[in-house]
Amino acid sequence: MRIAVSSTGPNATEPAEERLGRCNCFLVFDEAENLLEVITNDAASSAAEGAGIKSVQTLIKHKVDVVLTGRVGPKAMNAIMAGGLSVYTGVSGTVAQSLKSYLKGELQPLLAPNSAAHAGQVPRERAGR
Amino acid sequence: MKITVASGKGGTGKTTVAVGMALALQADGNRVTFLDCDVEEPNGHIFIKPDIQKNEDVFIDVPEINLEKCDFCGKCSEICAFNALLVAGESVVVFHELCHGCGGCNYFCPKGAVTLIPKKIGTIEMGTAAEGLNFAHGQLEIGVPLSPPLVDAVKKKQNGGITIIDAPPGTSCPAVHTVRETDFCLLVTEPTPFGLNDLALAVEMTRALDVPCGILVNRAREGWDIIDKYCKQNNLKILMKIPLSREIAGAYSKGIPLTFLDKEWGVAFRRLFRDIREMVESERNNRHQW
Ligand code: SF4
Ligand code: SF4
Repeated sequence: MRIAVSSTGPNATEPAEERLGRCNCFLVFDEAENLLEVITNDAASSAAEGAGIKSVQTLIKHKVDVVLTGRVGPKAMNAIMAGGLSVYTGVSGTVAQSLKSYLKGELQPLLAPNSAAHAGQVPRERAGR
Repeated sequence: MKITVASGKGGTGKTTVAVGMALALQADGNRVTFLDCDVEEPNGHIFIKPDIQKNEDVFIDVPEINLEKCDFCGKCSEICAFNALLVAGESVVVFHELCHGCGGCNYFCPKGAVTLIPKKIGTIEMGTAAEGLNFAHGQLEIGVPLSPPLVDAVKKKQNGGITIIDAPPGTSCPAVHTVRETDFCLLVTEPTPFGLNDLALAVEMTRALDVPCGILVNRAREGWDIIDKYCKQNNLKILMKIPLSREIAGAYSKGIPLTFLDKEWGVAFRRLFRDIREMVESERNNRHQW
């Protein structure tokens, strides 16, 4: 199984990113916590709407089964369901810590979007953390 | 000559100005077209009171995927600049609300699996008001969050003579589509810190689009000179000021244009137009010399 964590940077010691569509990269692990791959998230820098969809497309292309993140909007949620991925929310602390929480069964599976739709890039201060 | 009236945020009195200028020029015997490109909240008609004679539906072409032909290569999703397509396993999902109808997926699909089908995004209503005053506005279909293509369609309704365009507020896509490729952009603002903040963004937009701009200060008050200072620093011209007045606010709420309130406003708006024309012409001459 391939587990992706939305991250602020390319190392497992870096803080996990709450925003699925705007994270800098995804770190992909196996269930033994081995880092398999670092995927750059091209959607993060794009100004267009639907960054979440693009991020999910990237995950599908890299054959990810489960994604750990914070907030998922309605369009991205549709994309996740279409792609047959599972999503768990509640990442906190570093990427490695988030992965551990998931493996211990502490993260919540998400069945419906938990973030409102927003148009394009949200200014930092309004995005919240 | 095409003049857009825009503002960095809503509620600055943009429509009052656009309507005032259109009516003043029409009263002077010019052929004028008023285009309301604020398709999410058109309100120019409340003041102009046009007689609507024609409706026209506006469509964009959205993709439909033929799954018999598709091999799920993912090309279409890769090239879609609007993130409207998702290729997942053996399915392709079209996010209609994001599709801009650019046709890219149809063009690039190596299997010929994409057909484009028309989808209605809104309606344009056209008519005339007084002698020589043409009017058109767009009304976005409910539930369609996508206004730029409708804005573009409304903009095509110009009819020679002088075109006054009421732009959507803000500086995002719909405003950009309205302002680009016009001869001049009049930016309406208020003498407050918020007004200044939004004005600065709007000025940046006009500069990025290479459209000359001038400033109109609405609800001006003695001693409130924050906009004056900004304009001086940034080499911008304040072309007109409309004072804060209960009378003007009252007329607005009743749908009465300024030019009907007092003849002097007609004179003022014609002077404003003359100044704009001069700026446009000197700009053109400058560019020729280069
Ligand atoms: S480009 Fe054509 S063949 Fe490839 S996934 Fe898209 S629709 Fe299918
Ligand atoms: S028509 Fe353009 S915007 Fe719409 S899905 Fe195809 S590529 Fe994307």
